[in-house]
Amino acid sequence: MNRNSLFDSKAELGLVWSLLAFVLVLPILNMVAPEGSFLHVSSFQLSVWGKYLCYAVLAVSLNFLWGYTGLLCLGQCLFFALGGYAFGMYLMLMIGDLGGYKSSLPDFMIFLGYSELPMYWKPFYSPYFALFAAMWVPGLVAFLFGLLAFRSRIKGVYFSILTQALTYAAALLFFRNDFTFGGNNGFTDFKFIFGQEFYDPSVARGLFWGSGALLLGVYVLLAWLLKSKFGLVQRAIRDSENRVRFSGYSTTHYKVFIFVLSAMIAGLAGALYVPQAGIINPSEMWPTKGLDIVVWVAVGGRGSKFGPIIGAILINLLKSYTTREYPESWLLILGFVFLFVVLFMPNGVVGLWDQLKERFSKKRSASDPGDEILKSN
Amino acid sequence: MKKRSSILRYTLAVGVGAVLASQSLQAKESVKVGVLHSLSGTMAISETSLRDVLLFTFDEINANGGVLGKKIEPIVVDGASDWPLFAEKAEQLLVKDNVSVTFGCWTSVSRKSVLPVYEKHNSLLFYPVQYEGEEMSPNIFYTAEAVNQQAIPAVDFLLEEGYKKFYLIGTDYVYPQTTNLVLFEYLKSKGIPVQNIGGGLRKDSKGAVISAGNYTPFGHSDFQQIISEISKFAASGDACVINTINGDSNVPFFKEFAASGLKSEDCPVVSFSISEDEFRSLPSKDLVGHLGCWTYFMSIDSPTNKKFKADFQTWLTKTNVPGIVKEGRVTCSPMVLSYNGVYLWKAAVEKAGTFDPVKVMEALKSGVSFDGPGGTVTSQKNHHLTKTVYIGETLENGQFEVVETLKDVVGEPFLKGTFK
Repeated sequence: MNRNSLFDSKAELGLVWSLLAFVLVLPILNMVAPEGSFLHVSSFQLSVWGKYLCYAVLAVSLNFLWGYTGLLCLGQCLFFALGGYAFGMYLMLMIGDLGGYKSSLPDFMIFLGYSELPMYWKPFYSPYFALFAAMWVPGLVAFLFGLLAFRSRIKGVYFSILTQALTYAAALLFFRNDFTFGGNNGFTDFKFIFGQEFYDPSVARGLFWGSGALLLGVYVLLAWLLKSKFGLVQRAIRDSENRVRFSGYSTTHYKVFIFVLSAMIAGLAGALYVPQAGIINPSEMWPTKGLDIVVWVAVGGRGSKFGPIIGAILINLLKSYTTREYPESWLLILGFVFLFVVLFMPNGVVGLWDQLKERFSKKRSASDPGDEILKSN
Repeated sequence: MKKRSSILRYTLAVGVGAVLASQSLQAKESVKVGVLHSLSGTMAISETSLRDVLLFTFDEINANGGVLGKKIEPIVVDGASDWPLFAEKAEQLLVKDNVSVTFGCWTSVSRKSVLPVYEKHNSLLFYPVQYEGEEMSPNIFYTAEAVNQQAIPAVDFLLEEGYKKFYLIGTDYVYPQTTNLVLFEYLKSKGIPVQNIGGGLRKDSKGAVISAGNYTPFGHSDFQQIISEISKFAASGDACVINTINGDSNVPFFKEFAASGLKSEDCPVVSFSISEDEFRSLPSKDLVGHLGCWTYFMSIDSPTNKKFKADFQTWLTKTNVPGIVKEGRVTCSPMVLSYNGVYLWKAAVEKAGTFDPVKVMEALKSGVSFDGPGGTVTSQKNHHLTKTVYIGETLENGQFEVVETLKDVVGEPFLKGTFK
């Protein structure tokens, strides 16, 4: 399979190349362009865009579930936050004795009266273990939950509600002070990462590149999966699960695998997000955050490969811009955008072109215009 | 299909362009200051009042000639009750807008979120809301009440009134946990036996108390069991309740409290998170007779406070800033501490002769004073204020009647482990 066949159209290939160029160029501008020049990108700007890239990965992971398997998970934020907490634990340990209480333990543990680190915190001195945990902890949660839910054939809106309940329960647990994850204040005030000073510009560049690489890597991986026979079964499950089951496929296994993979991707995104945001606390897994991700995917275009990326970046860019320029009315603006998209652009921003083409050529297309793969097949 | 990719490129270009272009021209005759509060989300109900009073203060100062001859130009951003966004907005204020100072934050977690940002850029933040202490960032000035300017005076008052049993109840986060731990140590040092401190204790493996009091999650609404526990605890008639419940949960708490037949004369509740502003959403009739403790009450009878209240109301009728509620507005301690913060900053800038945050902080540490609506406040070396503490009894109309005034209480952030 050559690379071109991974993508459905020249336009998609163009988008991927643009993304690659963007990911490569922005940190270079941060490095070489002198401060004050028009081309200079500050480390702050880099970390903001790095966060958007993590959001984009998160949106892609949800789209893989929702857009291609028909599983609307409202708890995707939980996996993201778990990944964030896992890497956050490493960052907390790296503060060392620079914390408020000048102890090698994180401040909130001193506060809770701990005199030594709990066992399960110890392996997190290793960043690689932490990154690994950022994948397997959400993966494990998704595996257990998915196995129970899918074996009981829970689907549709019931699955959505259960995932929302799961993330709500987890948030309440993490809010507890004695849960040894910092309670409401969470993890913050990081000092070092991979042996580097946390606020060194090279750290911002590294994290940005890491986030970009993750996004592109995940994109290619999922594109490959969707092209394969696996992807066809996946979409068949979305369109008619019973038929797939009667054809002899164990849809439960497929769904568990997809759910776990999507959770692991979200976890990695969370791990890269936390050092760029500078804080992780349980509000990150509050049910409203899970809904945010659904909005990004819906606005960008559910069931299209690039849509969620555009949706996540666009909405967050808009949020960042309007909270500064129109602090009184930004929620109204955002709400209006969402309503407009839902009412008039059922296939999101990426579906707009097809929608317009269809409208002007008056030709009716039989297939789902958002799903380019099926169309091109 | 080519057009679609150009749409994306355009979007990205606009995005990067907008961000770069926002480094707009800086007016020479004005000084930019940041206002960083949640104007949306769960904290908006409390924090918008602080935005309002800050804008009022800036207008008042500008009308009187500004600071060092420069007009204050506020940059208002919305933290949206979203803690990572607080850090992002703080950095945006510092990097893009080059603000000289920021007034902002309400929750401890928002302050914890922006703290590294202010330290990294060596800038200055004024924090106005009562908090748990245990922190003294070189870049934050806390006009807030420290635990010894609220909880401890309140307990002293209750001890003087003859109460011997104390029930601790709060929402499970760092402010109630820390405050109650300090109070636990304080009560023991005052000779209150451990069995007279209600709400439960949690100990570590060595038997040291790590948490005192009863804690409920955010937004908790079922207080039946807790109230029946309090009823039993208060049966002896010499008990009181120390309440650090946050926000909306106070409504079911006080409803249940009143329904159980407990009266403020027998078992008063002293609350640290309910000010006049909270009565806009709380039923004050359930709280009549219960106590509050702050460094300002709207009912304080002084010429400065009268003028402050009148000027604020006049400003409200005149202002055309969108989103400001004009009817039924009250003033409360966090608002006055925001107001005091701006004037202290002004005094410090004038003392230092520059807007440079580092020098302004030095001036603050050397001690500047302001005669605010709640009495004179003086900045201290430890980034806190010396101020007057008031204890008040709640009235039917959501106001407090001052029952005790303590002058010149020195703010002290590190209290845990100091009472033996």
